[in-house]
Amino acid sequence: MSTKTPSRLEKILAAGHMAVTSECGPPRGSKGEVITKKAEMIKDYVDAINITDNQTSVTRLCSLAACIRLKLMGVEPILQMVTRDRNRIALQSDILGAASFDLYNILCLSGDHQQFGDSPQGQNVFDLDSIQLIQTVRYMRDEGKFLGGDDIDQPPKMFVGAAANPFADPFEIRVPRLAKKIAAGVEFIQTQCIYNLEKFELWMKMARDRGLHEKVYILAGVTPFKSAGMAKYMKNRVPGMDVPDEVVNRMSGVPKEKQPEEGIKICVESIQRLKEVEGVKGFHVMAIEWEEKVLEIVEQSGLYPRPKIE
Amino acid sequence: MIVAEKKPIDEIIGFVRDYRKILLVGCNECVTVCYAGGKKEVEILASALTMAFMKEGKELEVKEVTLERQCDHEYLEEIRNIIDEYDAAVSLACGVGVQFMAEKYFRTPVFPGVNTLFMGVTEERGVWAERCQGCGKCILGETAGICPISRCAKRLLNGPCGGSTKGKCEINKELDCAWQLIIDRLKELGRLEDYEELIPIKDWSTERAGGPRKVIREDLKQ
Ligand code: SF4
Ligand code: SF4
Repeated sequence: MSTKTPSRLEKILAAGHMAVTSECGPPRGSKGEVITKKAEMIKDYVDAINITDNQTSVTRLCSLAACIRLKLMGVEPILQMVTRDRNRIALQSDILGAASFDLYNILCLSGDHQQFGDSPQGQNVFDLDSIQLIQTVRYMRDEGKFLGGDDIDQPPKMFVGAAANPFADPFEIRVPRLAKKIAAGVEFIQTQCIYNLEKFELWMKMARDRGLHEKVYILAGVTPFKSAGMAKYMKNRVPGMDVPDEVVNRMSGVPKEKQPEEGIKICVESIQRLKEVEGVKGFHVMAIEWEEKVLEIVEQSGLYPRPKIE
Repeated sequence: MIVAEKKPIDEIIGFVRDYRKILLVGCNECVTVCYAGGKKEVEILASALTMAFMKEGKELEVKEVTLERQCDHEYLEEIRNIIDEYDAAVSLACGVGVQFMAEKYFRTPVFPGVNTLFMGVTEERGVWAERCQGCGKCILGETAGICPISRCAKRLLNGPCGGSTKGKCEINKELDCAWQLIIDRLKELGRLEDYEELIPIKDWSTERAGGPRKVIREDLKQ
């Protein structure tokens, strides 16, 4: 596939390499070095790093500023942007701000509801939804116009991504929903963390049956468990997460001090198996507050070294 | 209908503490149907206030009236002859009625007796739920007759989000996911393929965002 933006992630995918992305959550304070330290640690093991946008609705240092810090240290950022907190003026304005620092990747999300975070009494915006944000970025980039119709003086050049959750309900529209995002103009997908591999494989098969795997780059999302407690928490408490009993049992079947190791093992095994799934074009390794493990996971999965592309 | 809930009695006592003669005005429409501000609730409030004043060793004169509606001049006019006899009024109508009364009887302090919540339905006895947010440009024709603006916690026009679980919304296990309902109904209607139509970015200028709204019908105006 030919590339449409200067994004390094896009080039790697277009060249047919398995891409590896990871993500970092900004700090709950103004210490910018927290983010650069995390990035410094993993940068040689990944092609690009997502910076979350006030994930789980907990107020943090903003994604855009953190992405600029990565860019300045020569790391490729993926700007996560949720529609929960900004209307179309603010979204477009932040996109231009990002473009002015040569940020070339964006991940369009609607965002968790604010009731999960530190400001349950706050307003939400949702002027657009995630699909409409995809359309917005594509429109700004490809037509060179604002939503209001005026010309943009030097439009943004962004590789446009979105999330997909193969495990949320109702399952029957999970593939149609992917098709909808593709119709809106999405170019890469990072999936929800995959623990139920069979269900993911079924989802991929249904996507392939419609040829969707040829229209979008799908990066499979993985997250290592640190403990059996975390596995149980994810299974029972996190909406839209599918953790099969056998995975929870495997984690609780080993002594507490061995659990982190087991979690990494499960993660690496999942990557090995998912590599064989037609249509999987890379991995999104999420190890929030456990970033140091990204190195091991990438290495043990045979995804290191990363391809050199300028 | 407009759904409201009774305000806590202490809050109302706080409003009227310094008055001696109070007019309590109920409304016979929506707030009667949802048991928040009809004749019955006016009665209950009257006795609660009288008792509270007695406890503090104060006298209170309360007059109870329940109007057919408080959102029309015609009915609100019915209290014109008596309102000046009272130091203050508490309206148990929705916020619309309270304001209309305050507009009309400019010199009388008017306090709200209910918290106004939403436009909704009686799902079953004692249960009311939201159905519409008056967005001014109804999209029910595109969403199988189920409104994602009022019923999806993120008002997603192209839902569901990744948090939809077993038919319920990510914010509350008791709350139906609007998009699950839409999909179920599309299926029932044999129109599931309509799910893939992209619903365009909405013009919110007809909604609250566009400022206070007004409908003017020249053919009906006098
Ligand atoms: S689409 Fe608008 S007008 Fe129609 S039910 Fe929903 S909020 Fe009300
Ligand atoms: S779970 Fe359903 S109703 Fe709740 S926010 Fe998501 S799409 Fe909307």
